Amino acid sequence: MIEPDLIRDEELEKLLIEIAELYGYDFTQYSKASIKRRVNRICVIDKFTSFAELRYQLIKQPSYLQRFIEEITVNVTEMFRDPSFYKALRDDVFPQLDTYPIIRIWLAGCSTGEEVYSLAIIAKETNLIQKTLFYATDINPSVLEKARDGIFPISQMKLYSENYINSGGLKNFSDYYTANYDFARFNDDLKQKMIFSTHNLVSDRSFNEFQLIICRNVLIYFDKDLQAKVFKLFDDSLEHLGFLGLGSKETLRFSQLDKHYHQISTEKIWRKQKEDKRLIKSNNF
Amino acid sequence: MDTIFLIGGSAGSLKVLLEVLPELSANLTFPIIIILHRKGYVDSQLVNLLNAKTSLNVIEPDDKEPLSPGNIYLAPPDYHLLLEQDKTISLDFSEKFNFSRPSIDITFSSAVKIFKENTFALILSGANADGVEGLKAVKANNGTTLAQNPITAEVNYMPLQAITQSKIDFVLNPSEIATFINKLNVS
Ligand SMILES: C[S@@+](CC[C@H](N)C(=O)[O-])C[C@H]1O[C@@H](n2cnc3c(N)ncnc32)[C@H](O)[C@@H]1O
Repeated sequence: MIEPDLIRDEELEKLLIEIAELYGYDFTQYSKASIKRRVNRICVIDKFTSFAELRYQLIKQPSYLQRFIEEITVNVTEMFRDPSFYKALRDDVFPQLDTYPIIRIWLAGCSTGEEVYSLAIIAKETNLIQKTLFYATDINPSVLEKARDGIFPISQMKLYSENYINSGGLKNFSDYYTANYDFARFNDDLKQKMIFSTHNLVSDRSFNEFQLIICRNVLIYFDKDLQAKVFKLFDDSLEHLGFLGLGSKETLRFSQLDKHYHQISTEKIWRKQKEDKRLIKSNNF
Repeated sequence: MDTIFLIGGSAGSLKVLLEVLPELSANLTFPIIIILHRKGYVDSQLVNLLNAKTSLNVIEPDDKEPLSPGNIYLAPPDYHLLLEQDKTISLDFSEKFNFSRPSIDITFSSAVKIFKENTFALILSGANADGVEGLKAVKANNGTTLAQNPITAEVNYMPLQAITQSKIDFVLNPSEIATFINKLNVS
């Protein structure tokens, strides 16, 4: 059966507020239609017969929160997901970054890390890895543990290797990891410049200035107002002429900030315009 | 804009769409959403193909895209398409449903929550049962359900399932679909 509608909108709203107050994780501005699907799904998988049961578990059993967060926040990811995006980074963005003495990249919502290892490989192949720092953050500490390890299922390597080649990869993909039974352990030289930390896009603030911010397939879970808030956070954290990369179905188009950014290719990559251009633009109003 | 017309299809339904689209009125007063299970069409190919067949705008929407009248929205591959209260599109990358993403069931049931009795939902040719639950949800909210006449379908399983398992208001031949849609136009 589809959507066993165990949940009424008001009840869900109330529960999300309670969780925010009790635990400091605020999901009240996650996109309504899809969070309802997620919560419904938790009820089905964990065999709650009513919404009240789920609520009881969440309120009385703090250890259940982790499980709830994991289900709500969906952490599927891939290396070189959407190869054309990575190709645009390699061909159009990284060469521009070369002009900086130190390159700071923020990967927000990095999940289990497949994305940051992909970036490190590109940085290595464009000879930028020595001067680059990768800040990889996520709301969920347990995915960050995995990201730190850099050990991914060997069964995925065929797909990742294809993605890598389609993204303009120049080497033998298998040179980047050591296979060990069911797992591929990525090389330490890729990890040296990675910094992992929890960061909640809903409640945490800007923590540095970056030349490139990548946040893919995270904003899609947020409602319009929360998206606007997070775009502002990115704008505050991005240097002039810095780049912002989003997921393949995410866009700045419906945001106030759109006018200060310029989409650099058919990929979802925008470049922040120079200050003076922004002034001229806003003077026109 | 309080009406929505939803079309769900799988194997054999592209042919029908290519017949229907050219006949659609150039100034529809409501949006159309198409959910296709597609195999082998690279992202932009299908949207270009459909665009070439109609003067209406066929869009593969981004997340948060607002619905506007006269546009045709094609669910992007690998995302479920949901609607929000403010009539914007939410794309959702969660589990497949009925082995499908996009799933017709999910879009139909999400849309009818917003558009209620002004929801029209049509099932075309196809080889699986996706859509049946969605049609039930549409009917439960007093929307209107339609199916392609199975005799005319390249693969009749999907419209047959629709007709036998849910209550269908209209069974249409491909040549009657555009006329039906155009008549919904409010002047
Ligand atoms: C679908 S994954 C995307 C992973 C990767 N960026 C990609 O595109 O492959 C979404 C990630 O966003 C994280 N996330 C969800 N809400 C968040 C928030 N409020 N702050 C930071 N990360 C969040 C989840 O924990 C999850 O790891």
